[in-house]
Amino acid sequence: MPSILLNQKRNRNMPLSSRHLLGMRDVPKEDIQLILDTATTFREILERPIKKVPTLQGKTVVNLFYESSTRTRISFELAEKRLSADSINFAISGSSVSKGETLKDTVKNIEAMKVDMIVVRHAAAGVPLMLTKLSESNIINAGDGIHEHPTQALLDMYSIREKLGKIEGLKICMVGDVAHSRVALSNIYGLKTMGAKVSVCGPSTMIPKYLEELGVKVILNIDEAIKENDVLNVLRIQLERKAREYFPSIREYAKYFGIDQARLEKNGKDILILHPGPINRGVELSSDVADGISQIILRQVTNGVAVRMAVLYLLGTLN
Amino acid sequence: MKLVLKNVNVLNPHQNVNVKNVNILIEDGKFKNIGELTNAEMKDAKVLELDGKYIVPGFFDMHVHLREPGREDEETVVTGCNAAANGGFTGIACMPNTDPAIDSAEVVTLIKKESANHLVDVYPVGAATVGRKGEVLSPMAELKDAGVVGFSDDGTAIKTASILKRSLEYAKMFNLPIIEHCEDESLAGGAMNESINSTLLGLPPIPSVAEDLIVMRDILMVEYTDSKIHIAHISSKKSVEMVREAKKKGIKVSAEVAPHHFTLTDDAVKTYDTNVKMNPPLRTKEDVSEIIAGLKDGTIDCIASDHAPHSIEEKEMEFEYAPNGIIGLETEIGLALTELYHKKILSLEQMIEKLAINPRKILNIPMPEIKEGAIANLTILDVGVVWTVEKKKFLSKSSNTPFDKKLLTGKSIGVINKGIMYFDSSFSKI
Repeated sequence: MPSILLNQKRNRNMPLSSRHLLGMRDVPKEDIQLILDTATTFREILERPIKKVPTLQGKTVVNLFYESSTRTRISFELAEKRLSADSINFAISGSSVSKGETLKDTVKNIEAMKVDMIVVRHAAAGVPLMLTKLSESNIINAGDGIHEHPTQALLDMYSIREKLGKIEGLKICMVGDVAHSRVALSNIYGLKTMGAKVSVCGPSTMIPKYLEELGVKVILNIDEAIKENDVLNVLRIQLERKAREYFPSIREYAKYFGIDQARLEKNGKDILILHPGPINRGVELSSDVADGISQIILRQVTNGVAVRMAVLYLLGTLN
Repeated sequence: MKLVLKNVNVLNPHQNVNVKNVNILIEDGKFKNIGELTNAEMKDAKVLELDGKYIVPGFFDMHVHLREPGREDEETVVTGCNAAANGGFTGIACMPNTDPAIDSAEVVTLIKKESANHLVDVYPVGAATVGRKGEVLSPMAELKDAGVVGFSDDGTAIKTASILKRSLEYAKMFNLPIIEHCEDESLAGGAMNESINSTLLGLPPIPSVAEDLIVMRDILMVEYTDSKIHIAHISSKKSVEMVREAKKKGIKVSAEVAPHHFTLTDDAVKTYDTNVKMNPPLRTKEDVSEIIAGLKDGTIDCIASDHAPHSIEEKEMEFEYAPNGIIGLETEIGLALTELYHKKILSLEQMIEKLAINPRKILNIPMPEIKEGAIANLTILDVGVVWTVEKKKFLSKSSNTPFDKKLLTGKSIGVINKGIMYFDSSFSKI
């Protein structure tokens, strides 16, 4: 599949096929495997008393987060510091952006300070792609609007592979507000590339109208979703955003789409449940389920640092 | 001053005129002789060797946004007219979403004054409601006296059915059309057409039904009030189908389409280039097919650019935040000839109907005629020339177009109106 990514140089020394990670859509299977295998190595480093390697020493990475985020930003920051890179956080509030500076000017200014890599999160889709045209740095998408969040999908796939030994052939379902979830879309792309059978489940107001064209099955009933799948990736209902308008009430959502222990037992399955965090307890997952799977969810977080280290390392050595 | 157009073909379906290889003498801005010219007639005349080009009635673009008053940094009446002339138009209608809106005689007068000495005739369209807010009717009679040719709240649809009803009923007294931007307000606000592409690109969607709902509403209201309406920038398959059915029933509805809606689909959005962001948005190939069918069978009466200048800063932004709109006057004829005439969808006569005759009919504007004694109001068409669009050569003050560097076949090489000629990139009195 031809890539829409710019600044792509096919170079024998390049482990990955692009110098950026803008999304999962154009990442070939070999690249995903390389990232996951590399992450395994870094995962081991995270168990050592000294969690640092000199791999990216001397490199400067800017975390350009236009949307507030704690977990993803800290995860990236730790990944960068553990690789010995110089990590800088650009906080939007109190910055030139609150004075009205455009994205273009902000990026050009950062670029002028001679940085090597930019990790960007923004509320508008397409911003990471814009950055590839404004900057010479490697660009890593940490979430652009309702478009993609590739490192989340990669860490989800890593976690699945770690627990179940494979991805290919597994039946995996994204549950929740699929239409407004960049985690869902990136997972759909990545999982399909790796050969999983992907489905989605949620209220029909939250399922994109043409999603089936991507080869994804739509399930409107949570019991069915549990019965039919090996893995559920349960998305956060974004109550602070427009998500509220797409279903009548939290009570209704929790009752008909929430996953609690009773529901799991009723459908009698040993199923792997993932969640990108933070969990809305009592909404998409009941407290008892959240506690019951807390090990996996926390493992996702640890894996996240390893996967981000892998991505930074592989892209950072392409410069 | 005498001007001779040498060796031209004259084509005007409105007059049933189709003659080849004639010479035209224009004197003091009027047609003096069409046919064979004597030596005396040719004496002291400026002669343009046109070598088989077409002389057609001056083209008219009935949907143009001049940004004066309010955003003169993006376009003024004069620069907009320059762009129109360069594009091959001798007349335009300008939309009322200026600042202040065209909801008072003063603003109409300003626009008419600014364009008074220009080759291009400017016909303002008045706001349907004061400030385009959709609450109170604008002073339509006063606006008509000042010179508007229609009413619209373009930028948005007329807010409620009751205001729509009153606008249609009131405008009926003056036989002026209401021009409607069809979009349901509660479904508006997205960044691109709802399709598989909006999911793939992660952009908030605008479903095509948002347009269809208002087209349906307006057709019903026009039928009920026995009035007339013109659908601006039609883009959706279902809307075209509804207009077709309405026309069959004798309901007075007309429609226009912008060139980007028969040239591009929403696949173009994948670059996140804000120069493909407009409202209504680019849609799917099914929609484009129906638009082409609608042009062919007359459901869609005319082509109009929806020329919408925007400054560089405004467009150099995250896709979702950028304003909607692209310029269009200087690529319109080229795109229309390339996509419709050269692809044998429309004949040249039909092209003239869509670009010169029907827009004037809809707005009750006198039709230019190519005959002795008439004021020379014409476009010179080179239908075969292959050329590359270069936005830096545009006369518009803005350059927000997705068609830069595009190869097109056919263009206007000059226009003449009111004793002024624009030819070979320069204006001169003739």
